[in-house]
Amino acid sequence: MNTQMNRMPESYRDPRTSDPQAIAPAQRLYWSVRRELWEARSIYVAPLAAAVVFLLGFLFSTIRLPAKMRSLSALDPDQQRQVIALPYDMAAGLIMVTALFVGVFYCLDALYGERRDRSILFWKSLPVSDLTTVISKASIPLVILPLLTVVISVAMQFIMLLLSSAVLIGNGLSVGAYWTQLSFIQMSLLLIYHLVTVHALWHAPIYGWLLLVSAWARRAAFLWAALPPLTIYAVEKVVFNTSHFAAMLDYRLSGGGMEAITGPDSFPMDPMTYLTPGKFLTSPGLWLGLAAFAAFLAGAARLRRYQGPI
Amino acid sequence: MACIDARGLRKSFGTNVALDGINLHVGEGRILGLIGPNGAGKTTALKVILGLTPYHGELRVLGRDPWTERDLLMRDVCFIADVAVLPRWVRVSQALDYVAGVHPRFNRAKAEAFLAKTTIRRSSKVRELSKGMVTQLHLAIVMAIDAKLLVLDEPTLGLDLIYRKQFYDSLLNDYFDHSRTIVMTTHQVEDIHHVLTDVMFIDRGRIVFDSTMEELESRYLEVVVHPERVAGGRVLKPIYEHQGMGSSVLLFDLKASAANREQVASLGQVRTPSITDLYVAMLGRTPEDKPGILAGQAQGVAK
Repeated sequence: MNTQMNRMPESYRDPRTSDPQAIAPAQRLYWSVRRELWEARSIYVAPLAAAVVFLLGFLFSTIRLPAKMRSLSALDPDQQRQVIALPYDMAAGLIMVTALFVGVFYCLDALYGERRDRSILFWKSLPVSDLTTVISKASIPLVILPLLTVVISVAMQFIMLLLSSAVLIGNGLSVGAYWTQLSFIQMSLLLIYHLVTVHALWHAPIYGWLLLVSAWARRAAFLWAALPPLTIYAVEKVVFNTSHFAAMLDYRLSGGGMEAITGPDSFPMDPMTYLTPGKFLTSPGLWLGLAAFAAFLAGAARLRRYQGPI
Repeated sequence: MACIDARGLRKSFGTNVALDGINLHVGEGRILGLIGPNGAGKTTALKVILGLTPYHGELRVLGRDPWTERDLLMRDVCFIADVAVLPRWVRVSQALDYVAGVHPRFNRAKAEAFLAKTTIRRSSKVRELSKGMVTQLHLAIVMAIDAKLLVLDEPTLGLDLIYRKQFYDSLLNDYFDHSRTIVMTTHQVEDIHHVLTDVMFIDRGRIVFDSTMEELESRYLEVVVHPERVAGGRVLKPIYEHQGMGSSVLLFDLKASAANREQVASLGQVRTPSITDLYVAMLGRTPEDKPGILAGQAQGVAK
């Protein structure tokens, strides 16, 4: 009875109508992020270059390390720790600052450059939605750069530890005193915590704003990003003689650290005890910021739909 | 299902009307040429069809609304906007990787095979390629996508004759298979005469001429007339007249004119007019009285 059905050949299906969903949204996002890394190589080149320069500097500084270690016993434990750990914190700090700059300039160009070089017409000829594109671009400062920062910082700190140890051993000194002042795991965890809370979650609306401007501006994206906040600040100051807007911006730029870590100004002996993830997660500033971030991204995706080459 | 179905399509930029109520119906398997002067609305029409710009009116491309469903539509539609849109920083291999990564109907082997016939190296960046090679690369990508509709906007702009010929040869021989539809615009009209199945002239946002090539060949006739017999020819009311090689060339619309094929043939050597001749006949005159000139309504001799 059902021979007819059985005989339906496999090739009868028009290959063109076969499963156009074959590519998962996650795969489209993955390739879109890779595409960003191909185009904006500064995303990883800049932090790597900064790392190399810093390591060279550190290499020269190890000449003075044996002398420093010999005089260390005269200092109290807190100062000892600072002297030894300072270069390690600076290494991570340098990569963080580099990543911050890269992220800002990347975002300002992300949706502007593709219109300037007309390549937006090529990207739009492919089945990738504007939202996927915008999300892939937002993931650079919020996911890729923090991830790179962790990897590069930890690698740097590891190399620094090896270099210092080699120098100390070469000078007949014990590495024990040096190593006890460094808690490698703790440093890394602290760095990851700081990056996730402050650099990704807390700063997200800043990058969202930059992406929105980059989708909108027809020229001078940097000015369009910077001038409106300055204008609002100036107008508020002149008209009301207040600076609530500036305070709000300041809270957005530097408030994340205060919400995520509470402690004395001096570096604590065990910084892990000062982490306040509960306070951070219940801070209205975080959620208001994330809401603004979502709105900025939606706006950028919508703008991109209307935009063509400039 | 029609490939493109548009009714009363309108689009204006400020006070400038780019599309003034266009009706368009393109069936499957057609190769349509949109031809018109600069600023006539050709590119706007294509942008609307591709979901690159919002519009007023009714439009369905492969059953979808292009403006709200561009990303879904692009699974079945390909376009080459013009030769310069491939990003200059991308490597040939990266471009292939990316399209293979995001496009469900991209056949990488096919693209590689097409590229193997060219001198393009996989490791080259687009900025290192010549203009002709960039077009070859873009065509290789597009031809490897199993799309239902291909839209080409001035795809051969700025290319020399050899590249242009190769471009259209590849399109016809390696790509077109009668179940696909192609819509293209170009100023190099003579290149595409033998490629098209349908031709459409657009001027000032309106379609002023719309015909299949078969209809064009049976309806329009051009005759090379010896100067002595021109007066006799003019009696038959040609829609256009121009000079060539010491004789006059009269263009007749057999549907509108009183003359039939035999009468025209008796005037001299007859031939099918080229699209260029028709284009000049329809659009080459004073643009003021343009909106009234629809196919078949053209009257009088331009001189």
